[in-house]
Amino acid sequence: MNWGNGFTKGEQNQLLDVLHKVKDPEIDSVSIIELGMVEKIDGDKQVIHIYLLPTFMGCPALDIIKSTVLKALASIEWIQHANVYYLNDPPWTSDRVTPEGRERLKEFGIAPPPKIDVMKGGWEVSCPYCDSLYTTMENLFGPTACRSILYCKSCKNPFEAMKPLSTLM
Amino acid sequence: MNELLSTEEKRAVIELLYQLADDDFIISYRGSEWLGLAPHIEEDVAFSSISQDTMGHAAMYYQLLEELGEKDRDYLSHARKSNERKNAVLLELVNGEGHYLHEPRYDWAFTVVRHYYYSQAKKVKIESLKQSSYPPLAAAAVKISMELHYHLMHWTVWFTQLLNAGGEAKKRMLKAIAKVEAEFEDVLSLGPLSKEIVKAQLIEEESRLLLSFHANINAVFNDLSIPYKGEFTSLSGRGRFGEHTEDLSEALNTLGEVYHSDPGAVW
Repeated sequence: MNWGNGFTKGEQNQLLDVLHKVKDPEIDSVSIIELGMVEKIDGDKQVIHIYLLPTFMGCPALDIIKSTVLKALASIEWIQHANVYYLNDPPWTSDRVTPEGRERLKEFGIAPPPKIDVMKGGWEVSCPYCDSLYTTMENLFGPTACRSILYCKSCKNPFEAMKPLSTLM
Repeated sequence: MNELLSTEEKRAVIELLYQLADDDFIISYRGSEWLGLAPHIEEDVAFSSISQDTMGHAAMYYQLLEELGEKDRDYLSHARKSNERKNAVLLELVNGEGHYLHEPRYDWAFTVVRHYYYSQAKKVKIESLKQSSYPPLAAAAVKISMELHYHLMHWTVWFTQLLNAGGEAKKRMLKAIAKVEAEFEDVLSLGPLSKEIVKAQLIEEESRLLLSFHANINAVFNDLSIPYKGEFTSLSGRGRFGEHTEDLSEALNTLGEVYHSDPGAVW
């Protein structure tokens, strides 16, 4: 995540605190910062600009997230005006999810995006409940654009996993 | 960036963006008509997810058009008449007989072949667009490419498994392949401004795109031991030139019904 020059360290921390409270509306344990969706915070106290990266293009949560960010920023008294934009460049990739974000996803019962083995052309997902790799893909496409449906043969739980997205694909 | 484009280049970018946007828009609508009707529940989930992604791609292209001074993206997607659309005719054709609300006798083989061929063509274009001279389009291509990867994977499974199944499935698939190829010239056409589009280095020329497409498909047909003819025509019209069927007008009336009830509404 990048910062413009317009903010003091204290202001940056305040902004981070507030943005940490903005959760994915469909996975409410994980924030947009942990998902790696915040690319840049620019501007100054008069006008602040927040640049976000969409995960999947057709995601219906994008507009909701945008308005939640605006509402969250309204709680900081020194901000006069805020803009939120979505950027396509750089593209969001699943390696942007932070280590904390990966843990939060597991708490929600969603396996974090696995690392892609480009040589093998595939990926392995470990179960978010028991960590076993003895899992099978039930459906590459899940209840939302960013998730797949899997089944753990060790603990016999169905679970979801975030699809890996990489520019190598 | 926009002010760096000459008038001719800008016209070419706009033309190409309409083709890309309208293609994704109408095929995702046809996909959405399958909701609740797909062969099994996993397919229902997958197909609607793919259609949702694809509508997202169309929205991104319409957004780029808006930024180039065209009308807003809701207008571009909903309010333009059939003869203003640049999508390939193949993508507007109905899914089959009947209506999704009343006795839908949709053709799954045609749907699989259409989506498979379209995804392969889209892949070829997207790879070329990654090197586009228009940076916003090149960036969009990188983004779309990652999602398209999964779509192509999905349709490849259906395409190869139904053809490998033999019997009735193979018979229907071969019939569908003939139907799709009869319309497919249009899909890889760059339309009336193709020269300007290529000159501006927005995408490779049609003949190159076609060669890549043939190479990719040929490999798949070889594995399936099915002869690949690769002879395409535009049987029902050339959509890139604004020629369309009644199927498109009907689709636009249906999907624009809510928009037209109050064009100024904020959703």
